Amino acid sequence: MNLLEIQHRMLEAVMQPLTPGEQMQPRNRDGKSMREVAAEFIKPNDRLSSFERLEIYNRQYWFRVLASLDEDFPGLRAILGRRRFDALCKAYLVDCPSQSFTLRNLGSRLESWLGSHPEWIQPRAGLALDMVRLEWAEIEAFDGAAKPVLTPADALASEPDPQFSLQPYLQLIKLRYPVDLLVAIRKDSSEGGMASNAVSERRKQTRVRKVARQKPQAVYLVAHRIQYSVYFKRLDLEAFTFLNALREGKTLSDAVVLAFQRSDVPESNLLGIVQNWFENWSTLGWFCRPKSANQGSIS
Amino acid sequence: MPANPFNGFTDFGVGIGLRVPHYQHILSEKPVVSWFEIISENYMIDGGRPLHVLEQILERYLVVQHGVSMYFGSPEPANREHLKRLKALIRRTRTPWLTDHLCWGSVDGTYSHDLLPMPYTFEAARLTAQKIREVRDFLEIPIAVENVSSYAEFHDSEMMEWEFLTEVVELADCGILLDVNNIYVSSRNHNFNPHDYVNGVPAERVAQIHIAGHSKFEKYILDTHDHPVIDPVWKLYARAIERTGRTATLLEWDDNIPSFAEVHNEALKANRFIAEMAVAS
Repeated sequence: MNLLEIQHRMLEAVMQPLTPGEQMQPRNRDGKSMREVAAEFIKPNDRLSSFERLEIYNRQYWFRVLASLDEDFPGLRAILGRRRFDALCKAYLVDCPSQSFTLRNLGSRLESWLGSHPEWIQPRAGLALDMVRLEWAEIEAFDGAAKPVLTPADALASEPDPQFSLQPYLQLIKLRYPVDLLVAIRKDSSEGGMASNAVSERRKQTRVRKVARQKPQAVYLVAHRIQYSVYFKRLDLEAFTFLNALREGKTLSDAVVLAFQRSDVPESNLLGIVQNWFENWSTLGWFCRPKSANQGSIS
Repeated sequence: MPANPFNGFTDFGVGIGLRVPHYQHILSEKPVVSWFEIISENYMIDGGRPLHVLEQILERYLVVQHGVSMYFGSPEPANREHLKRLKALIRRTRTPWLTDHLCWGSVDGTYSHDLLPMPYTFEAARLTAQKIREVRDFLEIPIAVENVSSYAEFHDSEMMEWEFLTEVVELADCGILLDVNNIYVSSRNHNFNPHDYVNGVPAERVAQIHIAGHSKFEKYILDTHDHPVIDPVWKLYARAIERTGRTATLLEWDDNIPSFAEVHNEALKANRFIAEMAVAS
């Protein structure tokens, strides 16, 4: 058996779901005995059979990837309950095994996968999807790039109708349920921390205050950072639309038009509102210097 | 051989792994530590707190990068995005050498996130060495490969693990990160004498040594990095530095992590063996 054949066989066995008792399956997907499969390429020793030796890796794989999703999506777990959450994660990982060198990205396809597999989150599909969206946005906001902050001088030196760039780490999230209320404010203990293959990559202490049946309510949210901790800030529809437009590269005037096109805010108030937004958001460092003025990204 | 081409001709002492629970203590108390080993993947990100902490660490301490996902033994070419991010981090940390594991863990772009054991064949040695060379050429930095702990052996293996390690590093002309705890764990799981392993590796290629604790189960030992180093592993360490000379040494403690002082004190026990070795020689 050459190297590639061994690796294909072993990876297939390692990634095969465990039994409910967390043992290796007795048969593979083709119905072949796993004892025979293991014996074909793994030596037994005086204490462990080939099957048992392969099972160590099978168990380690599942414990590691499930622990990773468990840390990244505590809100979804709270909504579904432990048993359903674990079953969902196993099904997701079978369909979407990791394609990244880092476990940080393990949940990157969860929202889209759930979109096509709503049976795993019924009857609270909308609520659960929103929670996944929120929790993934938190991951992106936590370690996304930060560019040099726009200064008043930059703003004064800009074009008459400038394009303003938002910090890459800023996440704009449109929700149908107020799931942000279900999640406690994150403490600053949510650093990444993969130590080795022996431990998980990220530690995130997220405490879900309560999970109650929520009525639909449109929420426009920004996930942002202050002093390297992630916070969520609610916006009204106009402000959210405005930021989305800026992110899409619209000019200031176009973004204002888009933001207020369905709004009943009197035109005479627009200037004051936009000025107020800029004051608040500049204080929070949400705008970054235009590309020509950037010296490069900072952390 | 405190300094050799495989550790960038440096002379580092005894260090510990940089871990999240110790961030606050290190930044506020600024303890004297010879060097820290970081897990590269933790900092191969675009921004945020991990990089902010790393910048503060780099202002005061020497840092060496240790990776967990290069998978030199995996069949596909190294992931370009991975390499680019790794190179950017190398520029940031100025690590004198880079380490990762002599193992595989992915096939066709699907990742196990585990350090899976190699079959010890000449084919595997040749392919692995070729990949190490390609990665080193891209990263432009000395590379040392670490022996992993393992729980399985393959029928197809053609040599002992230390012979495979030697074959790979000589074909690749790279260094060794000799993990004496992993040697001990594998020796118990596969019934070989761990001193044969330590005596069998090319000492002149050892760039760094790892020490750690492990967990003993009924039928096997698991490499858990959650206990102090046991005496048989210290004896292996003593024999290793007897052969290599004083070598950069790093204690790994990754789970059930105790206080910084406890971890550091455990690491500093290595100095006793280094001193005894110096007297004896």
